[in-house]
Amino acid sequence: MIELINVSKTFPNGVQALRNVSLTVRDGEFLVVVGLSGAGKSTLLRCINRLLEPTSGQVIIDGVDVTAARPEELRRIRTGIGMIFQNFNLVKRSLVITNVLAGRLGHTSPLRGLLGLFSAEDIDIALACLDRVGIRDKAYARADQLSGGQQQRVGIARALAQRPSLILADEPVASVDPPTSHVVMRDLKRINEEDHITTVVNLHFIDLAQQYGKRIVGLRAGEVVYDGPVQDVSESTFESIYGRRIREADLRDAEGVYTR
Amino acid sequence: MSRTAGKRGRGMPPHAPSRTRTTVGCIVVALLYIWSSIGTETRPVSLFLGIPDMANLFARMWPPNIAYLRTMIGPLVETMQMAMLGTVVGAVLAIPVVLVAARNISRHSAVYHIVRGLLNLVRTLPDILLASVFAAAVGFGALPGVMALAVFSFGIIAKLTSETVESIDPGPMEALSASGSPRINVIYYGVVPQVLPQFVAYCLYVFEINVRAATVLGLVGAGGIGMWLQRDMNLMMYRNASAIILLIFAFVLAMDLISNYLRGRLV
Repeated sequence: MIELINVSKTFPNGVQALRNVSLTVRDGEFLVVVGLSGAGKSTLLRCINRLLEPTSGQVIIDGVDVTAARPEELRRIRTGIGMIFQNFNLVKRSLVITNVLAGRLGHTSPLRGLLGLFSAEDIDIALACLDRVGIRDKAYARADQLSGGQQQRVGIARALAQRPSLILADEPVASVDPPTSHVVMRDLKRINEEDHITTVVNLHFIDLAQQYGKRIVGLRAGEVVYDGPVQDVSESTFESIYGRRIREADLRDAEGVYTR
Repeated sequence: MSRTAGKRGRGMPPHAPSRTRTTVGCIVVALLYIWSSIGTETRPVSLFLGIPDMANLFARMWPPNIAYLRTMIGPLVETMQMAMLGTVVGAVLAIPVVLVAARNISRHSAVYHIVRGLLNLVRTLPDILLASVFAAAVGFGALPGVMALAVFSFGIIAKLTSETVESIDPGPMEALSASGSPRINVIYYGVVPQVLPQFVAYCLYVFEINVRAATVLGLVGAGGIGMWLQRDMNLMMYRNASAIILLIFAFVLAMDLISNYLRGRLV
């Protein structure tokens, strides 16, 4: 279980990205955070694993206060949190398998990591993770030879290789084409259901949010303005979250339900 | 330009910019020339008076003593070895320094600024000056030459590589940090693959410079083929000297071509 208690984040330039966000995510949940760009979605995710330091408030994961963790403890906590990025964040010049094995580094001694001495078990895990996202055959290709959608699936495999109990996905489909978006979202959903990995996904496409989310949290100007099950969400809900009418650009599929 | 445009904007007639600055500039350059000419006792005519002496020397250098080249193979190989050793030692020393001299890796800004300052200082020292100091310290031979080239290589490689590190995509480092990877492996997996081709290219580039430098380090007693050139010139064995000069020319050219080819294949 993840608990955010009054989390606020103010950047050095004075921008207040999060204001007193309190949120509880239950184990195994598939939570979609929606909001306009700049609403604080990325900041929210990065405060959970402290890639960004919250200015105030607490983040508690399975009873452990992440915000109070010392560096070595934080590193250990992070090994249990997989993260997926808008721009994939792969090492493009490295092999796909190397990128996935990088997800095992948290569980590997620094020296073995430096020497590239991954155990046979680690390599099996990496290949199995690639298999789960359907690109095992690309294991020994260079990452930059893959399409955007394939690269994002390498990103998912890397996160899976950590054997995480939580996955944070920051706009995972913003850099891939519409059909591939569904492949990526289905992968995330399937992993959530099969492995019961708690998943928090940032999305700004409302049709994807409705199609894949179970619970929707709406952020506006750093505040939670909506929190409820997807069944209760309607167009007017999104309009109140976004603070304006819904446009075509808010939909991944041009033939979406709200197109007028 | 903007000034005339502004004046025109206020209804003033345009006029040519003042010539005063050009005139003053010409006078200053002329005065500097006269001052330098008096200081070095070099009249314009004396430059031309030297031509017959040059012709005389060239005549005594001709034909180059090709047979002599066989004995020069050893010194030539030594020169290349000096350049290689200097480059390798400098590159190895540069690696840890790069990590504190790159703003996005270095954790303490004070350390960063101090190291950056030292790197700039190191690069201001000419290699031949370093070589003569080291030769005085450890004695004549290849060792002071290698030391000088190592310091020189270190300065250039550390500076260029740290700038490359600063321009990498931060995404992979972020991903590795988020996964709980130990810091050393965040760098090894997130940074090294991104800068390795550039790093190797810089090493080859520095090797090219070192080959050229190594051929003249001998003039200050720091080993290599330059020591032999110096000796033959002093003994007025000009046909040997000209053979050495031709050999150096061919050698530097060959090394440049090889290094350029390798660098071209890198990125």
